[in-house]
Amino acid sequence: MELLPGARTEDAAEMARIFMTVIPHARAMGMELVEATPGVVEIAMPWSPEFVGDPRTGVLHGGVISALMDTCCGAAVMTHPARPATTATIDLRIDYLRSATPGQRVRTRAECFHMTRSVAFVRAVARDEGDTPVATATGSFTVGG
Amino acid sequence: MAMTRESVIDQLLAQVPYVRWLGVTVDRHGDELTAVLPFSDKLIGNPVLPALHGGVTAAFLETTAVLGLLWATLDGSRSLPGGEEGLPRLPKTIDFTVDYLRSGAARDAYARARVVRLGRRYASVQVEAWQDRRDRPFAQANGHFLMPQG
Repeated sequence: MELLPGARTEDAAEMARIFMTVIPHARAMGMELVEATPGVVEIAMPWSPEFVGDPRTGVLHGGVISALMDTCCGAAVMTHPARPATTATIDLRIDYLRSATPGQRVRTRAECFHMTRSVAFVRAVARDEGDTPVATATGSFTVGG
Repeated sequence: MAMTRESVIDQLLAQVPYVRWLGVTVDRHGDELTAVLPFSDKLIGNPVLPALHGGVTAAFLETTAVLGLLWATLDGSRSLPGGEEGLPRLPKTIDFTVDYLRSGAARDAYARARVVRLGRRYASVQVEAWQDRRDRPFAQANGHFLMPQG
Protein backbone atom coordinates (compact mmCIF):
# COMPACT_ATOMS: atom_id res chain seq x y z
CA MET A 1 0.00 0.00 0.00
CA GLU A 2 1.10 3.54 -0.59
CA LEU A 3 1.26 6.03 2.16
CA LEU A 4 1.02 8.90 3.21
CA PRO A 5 2.32 12.41 3.22
CA GLY A 6 1.33 14.98 5.76
CA ALA A 7 0.55 13.31 9.02
CA ARG A 8 3.73 13.51 11.07
CA THR A 9 3.44 12.99 14.77
CA GLU A 10 5.85 11.66 17.37
CA ASP A 11 3.29 9.43 18.99
CA ALA A 12 3.08 5.96 17.41
CA ALA A 13 -0.53 5.33 18.43
CA GLU A 14 -1.63 8.73 17.10
CA MET A 15 0.30 8.12 13.86
CA ALA A 16 -1.33 4.71 13.39
CA ARG A 17 -4.76 6.13 14.18
CA ILE A 18 -4.42 8.90 11.59
CA PHE A 19 -3.05 6.39 9.12
CA MET A 20 -6.11 4.18 9.52
CA THR A 21 -8.73 6.91 9.31
CA VAL A 22 -7.46 8.46 6.07
CA ILE A 23 -7.46 5.18 4.10
CA PRO A 24 -10.90 4.77 2.48
CA HIS A 25 -10.41 1.04 1.96
CA ALA A 26 -9.51 0.41 5.61
CA ARG A 27 -12.66 2.26 6.66
CA ALA A 28 -14.80 0.43 4.08
CA MET A 29 -13.65 -2.91 5.49
CA GLY A 30 -14.22 -1.95 9.12
CA MET A 31 -10.58 -2.18 10.22
CA GLU A 32 -9.83 -0.90 13.72
CA LEU A 33 -6.58 -0.01 15.38
CA VAL A 34 -6.04 -2.16 18.48
CA GLU A 35 -2.61 -1.02 19.60
CA ALA A 36 0.47 0.73 18.27
CA THR A 37 3.96 1.13 19.67
CA PRO A 38 6.97 2.28 17.61
CA GLY A 39 7.33 -0.18 14.71
CA VAL A 40 4.71 -2.61 16.02
CA VAL A 41 1.01 -2.28 15.15
CA GLU A 42 -2.04 -4.41 15.80
CA ILE A 43 -5.21 -4.03 13.70
CA ALA A 44 -8.48 -6.00 13.84
CA MET A 45 -11.46 -6.55 11.61
CA PRO A 46 -14.84 -8.13 12.38
CA TRP A 47 -16.05 -11.13 10.36
CA SER A 48 -18.73 -9.99 7.94
CA PRO A 49 -20.85 -11.96 5.44
CA GLU A 50 -19.85 -9.61 2.60
CA PHE A 51 -16.17 -10.54 2.96
CA VAL A 52 -16.68 -14.29 2.63
CA GLY A 53 -14.58 -16.05 -0.02
CA ASP A 54 -16.21 -19.47 0.06
CA PRO A 55 -20.02 -19.39 0.31
CA ARG A 56 -20.01 -23.13 1.17
CA THR A 57 -18.09 -22.60 4.40
CA GLY A 58 -18.37 -18.89 5.27
CA VAL A 59 -14.58 -18.57 5.44
CA LEU A 60 -13.19 -15.08 4.75
CA HIS A 61 -11.60 -14.49 1.33
CA GLY A 62 -7.80 -14.60 1.22
CA GLY A 63 -7.88 -11.10 -0.23
CA VAL A 64 -9.44 -9.81 3.00
CA ILE A 65 -6.49 -11.19 4.96
CA SER A 66 -4.17 -9.59 2.36
CA ALA A 67 -5.78 -6.19 2.79
CA LEU A 68 -5.55 -6.45 6.57
CA MET A 69 -1.93 -7.64 6.47
CA ASP A 70 -0.89 -4.93 3.99
CA THR A 71 -2.52 -2.16 6.03
CA CYS A 72 -1.00 -3.44 9.26
CA CYS A 73 2.49 -3.79 7.74
CA GLY A 74 2.28 -0.28 6.25
CA ALA A 75 1.27 1.10 9.65
CA ALA A 76 4.23 -0.68 11.31
CA VAL A 77 6.59 1.04 8.82
CA MET A 78 5.03 4.46 9.44
CA THR A 79 5.33 4.15 13.23
CA HIS A 80 8.95 2.94 13.14
CA PRO A 81 11.24 5.24 15.17
CA ALA A 82 13.00 6.34 11.95
CA ARG A 83 9.65 7.85 10.90
CA PRO A 84 9.56 7.65 7.10
CA ALA A 85 7.35 10.33 5.51
CA THR A 86 5.84 7.88 3.05
CA THR A 87 5.92 4.18 2.32
CA ALA A 88 4.70 1.81 -0.40
CA THR A 89 4.67 -1.97 -0.58
CA ILE A 90 7.46 -3.47 -2.71
CA ASP A 91 6.39 -7.04 -2.13
CA LEU A 92 4.25 -8.98 0.29
CA ARG A 93 4.10 -12.74 0.69
CA ILE A 94 1.29 -14.36 2.64
CA ASP A 95 1.21 -17.94 3.84
CA TYR A 96 -2.30 -19.17 4.58
CA LEU A 97 -1.79 -21.57 7.47
CA ARG A 98 -5.43 -22.45 8.00
CA SER A 99 -8.92 -21.09 7.31
CA ALA A 100 -10.07 -18.29 9.60
CA THR A 101 -13.06 -19.53 11.62
CA PRO A 102 -16.33 -18.05 10.28
CA GLY A 103 -17.90 -15.52 12.64
CA GLN A 104 -14.66 -14.71 14.45
CA ARG A 105 -12.82 -11.42 14.41
CA VAL A 106 -9.38 -11.43 12.76
CA ARG A 107 -6.51 -9.40 14.14
CA THR A 108 -3.06 -8.89 12.68
CA ARG A 109 0.13 -7.83 14.40
CA ALA A 110 2.95 -6.46 12.25
CA GLU A 111 6.50 -5.63 13.23
CA CYS A 112 8.88 -3.50 11.19
CA PHE A 113 12.04 -5.30 12.33
CA HIS A 114 14.64 -3.61 10.15
CA MET A 115 14.88 -0.37 8.23
CA THR A 116 17.60 0.95 5.93
CA ARG A 117 17.61 4.40 4.29
CA SER A 118 15.54 2.97 1.40
CA VAL A 119 13.85 -0.23 2.51
CA ALA A 120 11.77 -1.41 5.48
CA PHE A 121 11.41 -5.11 6.31
CA VAL A 122 8.22 -6.26 7.97
CA ARG A 123 6.67 -9.48 9.23
CA ALA A 124 3.14 -10.05 10.44
CA VAL A 125 0.86 -12.69 11.93
CA ALA A 126 -2.94 -12.94 11.63
CA ARG A 127 -5.05 -14.70 14.25
CA ASP A 128 -8.73 -15.33 14.83
CA GLU A 129 -10.02 -16.09 18.33
CA GLY A 130 -8.26 -19.50 18.32
CA ASP A 131 -4.76 -20.36 19.49
CA THR A 132 -2.91 -21.07 16.24
CA PRO A 133 -2.22 -18.36 13.65
CA VAL A 134 -4.37 -18.10 10.53
CA ALA A 135 -1.71 -16.57 8.28
CA THR A 136 1.77 -15.10 8.32
CA ALA A 137 3.21 -12.40 6.07
CA THR A 138 6.63 -11.10 5.12
CA GLY A 139 7.09 -7.92 3.15
CA SER A 140 9.47 -5.23 2.05
CA PHE A 141 8.38 -1.60 1.80
CA THR A 142 9.83 1.60 0.38
CA VAL A 143 11.06 4.29 2.76
CA GLY A 144 10.29 7.81 1.55
CA GLY A 145 12.06 10.88 2.92
CA MET B 1 -24.82 -32.88 -16.47
CA ALA B 2 -21.73 -30.87 -15.53
CA MET B 3 -21.90 -27.12 -15.95
CA THR B 4 -19.88 -25.39 -18.61
CA ARG B 5 -16.78 -23.59 -17.39
CA GLU B 6 -18.37 -20.34 -18.52
CA SER B 7 -21.24 -20.88 -16.11
CA VAL B 8 -18.87 -21.91 -13.29
CA ILE B 9 -17.04 -18.59 -13.70
CA ASP B 10 -20.36 -16.70 -13.77
CA GLN B 11 -21.50 -18.50 -10.61
CA LEU B 12 -18.29 -17.68 -8.79
CA LEU B 13 -18.64 -13.98 -9.67
CA ALA B 14 -22.29 -14.01 -8.57
CA GLN B 15 -21.99 -16.13 -5.43
CA VAL B 16 -18.71 -15.28 -3.72
CA PRO B 17 -19.60 -12.31 -1.49
CA TYR B 18 -16.17 -10.66 -1.38
CA VAL B 19 -15.71 -10.95 -5.17
CA ARG B 20 -19.07 -9.20 -5.56
CA TRP B 21 -18.07 -6.58 -3.00
CA LEU B 22 -14.93 -5.82 -5.03
CA GLY B 23 -17.07 -5.72 -8.20
CA VAL B 24 -14.89 -8.08 -10.27
CA THR B 25 -16.21 -9.10 -13.71
CA VAL B 26 -14.63 -11.01 -16.61
CA ASP B 27 -14.11 -10.54 -20.34
CA ARG B 28 -14.02 -13.75 -22.36
CA HIS B 29 -12.48 -13.89 -25.81
CA GLY B 30 -12.16 -17.41 -27.14
CA ASP B 31 -10.23 -19.33 -24.50
CA GLU B 32 -8.75 -16.15 -22.99
CA LEU B 33 -10.11 -14.90 -19.70
CA THR B 34 -9.42 -11.36 -18.50
CA ALA B 35 -10.60 -10.26 -15.07
CA VAL B 36 -11.80 -6.66 -14.72
CA LEU B 37 -11.83 -4.57 -11.53
CA PRO B 38 -14.04 -1.50 -12.06
CA PHE B 39 -12.73 1.44 -10.06
CA SER B 40 -14.62 2.58 -7.01
CA ASP B 41 -13.74 4.98 -4.17
CA LYS B 42 -13.80 2.28 -1.50
CA LEU B 43 -10.80 0.63 -3.21
CA ILE B 44 -8.50 3.57 -2.49
CA GLY B 45 -5.51 3.09 -0.18
CA ASN B 46 -3.84 6.46 -0.68
CA PRO B 47 -6.31 9.31 -1.02
CA VAL B 48 -3.57 11.84 -1.85
CA LEU B 49 -2.28 10.26 -5.08
CA PRO B 50 -4.97 8.70 -5.28
CA ALA B 51 -3.96 5.03 -5.58
CA LEU B 52 -5.54 1.62 -5.20
CA HIS B 53 -5.00 -0.07 -1.84
CA GLY B 54 -2.27 -2.72 -2.01
CA GLY B 55 -4.64 -5.18 -0.37
CA VAL B 56 -7.20 -4.57 -3.12
CA THR B 57 -4.54 -5.26 -5.73
CA ALA B 58 -3.59 -8.47 -3.91
CA ALA B 59 -7.24 -9.54 -3.60
CA PHE B 60 -7.89 -8.84 -7.29
CA LEU B 61 -4.82 -10.85 -8.31
CA GLU B 62 -5.78 -13.74 -6.03
CA THR B 63 -9.32 -13.77 -7.40
CA THR B 64 -7.94 -13.74 -10.94
CA ALA B 65 -5.65 -16.67 -10.05
CA VAL B 66 -8.61 -18.73 -8.79
CA LEU B 67 -10.70 -17.82 -11.87
CA GLY B 68 -7.79 -18.81 -14.12
CA LEU B 69 -7.34 -22.04 -12.20
CA LEU B 70 -11.02 -23.00 -12.56
CA TRP B 71 -10.90 -22.01 -16.23
CA ALA B 72 -7.84 -24.20 -16.87
CA THR B 73 -9.10 -27.13 -14.80
CA LEU B 74 -12.55 -27.27 -16.39
CA ASP B 75 -11.29 -27.30 -19.98
CA GLY B 76 -13.00 -30.64 -20.53
CA SER B 77 -10.21 -32.88 -19.28
CA ARG B 78 -11.28 -33.01 -15.64
CA SER B 79 -13.97 -31.87 -13.23
CA LEU B 80 -14.02 -30.54 -9.70
CA PRO B 81 -15.88 -32.21 -6.83
CA GLY B 82 -19.13 -30.65 -5.70
CA GLY B 83 -19.84 -29.03 -9.06
CA GLU B 84 -22.73 -31.25 -10.13
CA GLU B 85 -25.29 -28.61 -9.32
CA GLY B 86 -23.67 -25.27 -8.72
CA LEU B 87 -20.35 -23.89 -7.70
CA PRO B 88 -17.70 -26.62 -7.29
CA ARG B 89 -15.43 -26.72 -4.26
CA LEU B 90 -12.79 -24.04 -4.72
CA PRO B 91 -9.00 -24.33 -4.68
CA LYS B 92 -7.45 -23.15 -1.40
CA THR B 93 -4.63 -20.64 -1.44
CA ILE B 94 -1.46 -22.03 0.15
CA ASP B 95 0.65 -18.92 -0.35
CA PHE B 96 0.49 -15.79 -2.46
CA THR B 97 3.28 -13.32 -3.23
CA VAL B 98 2.59 -9.95 -4.81
CA ASP B 99 5.18 -7.67 -6.42
CA TYR B 100 4.04 -4.06 -6.55
CA LEU B 101 5.66 -2.62 -9.67
CA ARG B 102 4.08 0.84 -9.63
CA SER B 103 1.09 2.38 -7.90
CA GLY B 104 -2.36 1.39 -9.12
CA ALA B 105 -4.15 4.49 -10.42
CA ALA B 106 -7.75 5.42 -9.61
CA ARG B 107 -9.19 3.73 -12.68
CA ASP B 108 -10.26 0.27 -13.88
CA ALA B 109 -7.70 -2.54 -13.68
CA TYR B 110 -7.35 -5.77 -15.64
CA ALA B 111 -5.59 -9.04 -14.86
CA ARG B 112 -4.81 -12.31 -16.51
CA ALA B 113 -3.61 -15.56 -14.94
CA ARG B 114 -1.27 -18.19 -16.33
CA VAL B 115 -1.51 -21.63 -14.77
CA VAL B 116 2.12 -22.70 -14.76
CA ARG B 117 1.50 -26.13 -13.33
CA LEU B 118 -1.74 -27.92 -12.63
CA GLY B 119 -1.22 -31.11 -10.66
CA ARG B 120 -3.73 -33.39 -8.99
CA ARG B 121 -3.15 -31.79 -5.58
CA TYR B 122 -1.08 -28.66 -6.13
CA ALA B 123 -1.17 -25.87 -8.66
CA SER B 124 1.14 -22.94 -9.35
CA VAL B 125 -0.27 -19.77 -10.92
CA GLN B 126 1.23 -16.50 -12.14
CA VAL B 127 -0.89 -13.37 -12.50
CA GLU B 128 -0.25 -9.96 -14.01
CA ALA B 129 -2.37 -6.82 -13.62
CA TRP B 130 -2.31 -3.68 -15.73
CA GLN B 131 -4.34 -0.54 -16.37
CA ASP B 132 -3.85 1.69 -19.38
CA ARG B 133 -1.09 -0.33 -20.99
CA ARG B 134 -0.82 -4.10 -21.12
CA ASP B 135 2.99 -3.86 -21.41
CA ARG B 136 3.22 -1.75 -18.23
CA PRO B 137 1.91 -4.06 -15.48
CA PHE B 138 1.42 -2.40 -12.09
CA ALA B 139 1.53 -5.66 -10.14
CA GLN B 140 2.38 -9.30 -10.62
CA ALA B 141 1.88 -12.27 -8.34
CA ASN B 142 2.75 -15.89 -7.90
CA GLY B 143 0.65 -18.28 -5.86
CA HIS B 144 0.33 -21.92 -4.90
CA PHE B 145 -3.03 -23.60 -4.48
CA LEU B 146 -4.35 -26.82 -3.02
CA MET B 147 -6.84 -28.41 -5.41
CA PRO B 148 -10.09 -29.77 -3.92
CA GLN B 149 -9.92 -33.55 -3.52
CA GLY B 150 -12.84 -35.75 -4.52
